[in-house]
Amino acid sequence: MSDSPRPLWLLAELTYACPLQCPYCSNPLDFAAHGAELSTEDWLRVLREARTMGATQLGFSGGEPLARRDLDTLIAEARKLGYYTNLITSAVGMDAERVARFREIGLDHIQVSFQASDAELNDLIAGTTSFQHKLDMARAVKANGFPMVLCFVLHRDNMDRVDDLLELAKSLNADYVELATTQYYGWAWVNRDRLMPTREQLEEAEQITNRFREERAGDMKIYYVVPDYYETRPKPCMNGWGQMFLTIAPDGTALPCHAARQLPGLSFPNVRDASIDDIWHRSGAFNHFRGYDWMKEPCRSCPEKTKDFGGCRCQAYMLTGDAANADPVCDKSPFHDRVLSAIDTRDQRLTEVVEKPLVFRNPKNSRALSQP
Amino acid sequence: MNDQADQQPVRLAPTYRFQWEEAQQAHVLLYPEGMIKLNGPAGEILKHCDGTRTEAQVIETLRQQFPGHDDLDDDVRAFLSEARAKGWVS
Repeated sequence: MSDSPRPLWLLAELTYACPLQCPYCSNPLDFAAHGAELSTEDWLRVLREARTMGATQLGFSGGEPLARRDLDTLIAEARKLGYYTNLITSAVGMDAERVARFREIGLDHIQVSFQASDAELNDLIAGTTSFQHKLDMARAVKANGFPMVLCFVLHRDNMDRVDDLLELAKSLNADYVELATTQYYGWAWVNRDRLMPTREQLEEAEQITNRFREERAGDMKIYYVVPDYYETRPKPCMNGWGQMFLTIAPDGTALPCHAARQLPGLSFPNVRDASIDDIWHRSGAFNHFRGYDWMKEPCRSCPEKTKDFGGCRCQAYMLTGDAANADPVCDKSPFHDRVLSAIDTRDQRLTEVVEKPLVFRNPKNSRALSQP
Repeated sequence: MNDQADQQPVRLAPTYRFQWEEAQQAHVLLYPEGMIKLNGPAGEILKHCDGTRTEAQVIETLRQQFPGHDDLDDDVRAFLSEARAKGWVS
């Protein structure tokens, strides 16, 4: 009974609307073409059904969840149902009054993203002037007694300033810092060559982080999300397909992970047409890569398959063209060289002449990139 | 365990929420984007760490609840010492 998979983690992507334009956004490239957002009633039903099945952690995400006008209603109901409610936000669209109101209605935690440790780079990456506001809001989050996670997505342009990022987090009294090296999905995939740090950058950032943890961190916990391109074994993506993670996209599409929508040949169910119970237990899409029967070699006979589940289906698809292949991050994969060849050393970078511009995540670029 | 700590009420750290999960038939500790599933004894101990009882009072309450467990005292102290180290309680 305790072994049967259960959607313990529900990620509610309330909207694709967002005032920021981060070029590493994990939203789909064609977000501008997606259908109408779910109604408040639909979301309330989703929350109730998933909770009955055991969902405990609930992330309100997007896009920017603050852009949804019924956010307060959804938070209050989620808290009543017993969820631990996480608001994953850029803080753009929030003011001190709203933070206090979130506390009153029972929100448990706020994760604020920063794009850099200084206004210039932060606002450049975000595509909007937001740094000072983020500082003010991070202080308001703490002043209202919330636990606070600060999230920094690391890439080539901010990785050399990891010590500044950590000092900033410390000065804002963050409880947790997430240093998330860019994962190459969605918009980050389009900008991969431009965002990918060199091996040397990565090693230095890791050393600085470890030193900070020992000498300066105190009670502040630091999560360093390992950049899988530099590894020889894949990450246990989502703890296995359809094992504990459920994403509901703004239009109601149910996904085993927020990037899965791009996988061909799968028909993802929609909460407008089916119950969460049906979707989780009986839909073709959620059963497709469940367990081990779908695996090909080298995964099928690999003793490590129970540990990493063959890695990430989306990465396998993007890099090899077949989602049932081993994640090529694994050095047992015959396609592992495709990962290696994407990583530059500093020497190579110095000789590189032509710089590709960043493609920012906005509706105009979304429409341009989703032309057939 | 020093005397000073023994006189302070034991309370859950503010970054954690403690609750019973019907679907898992277990108590859990919830924190930003994470969950710790507790075994039976850990759940019973943390239930009483609500800021109204000292460690000695938590032990006394559990003694009354589970009579006949002579080694309970050491087990609870060991668990709470670990829970403090992990930042679950203060």
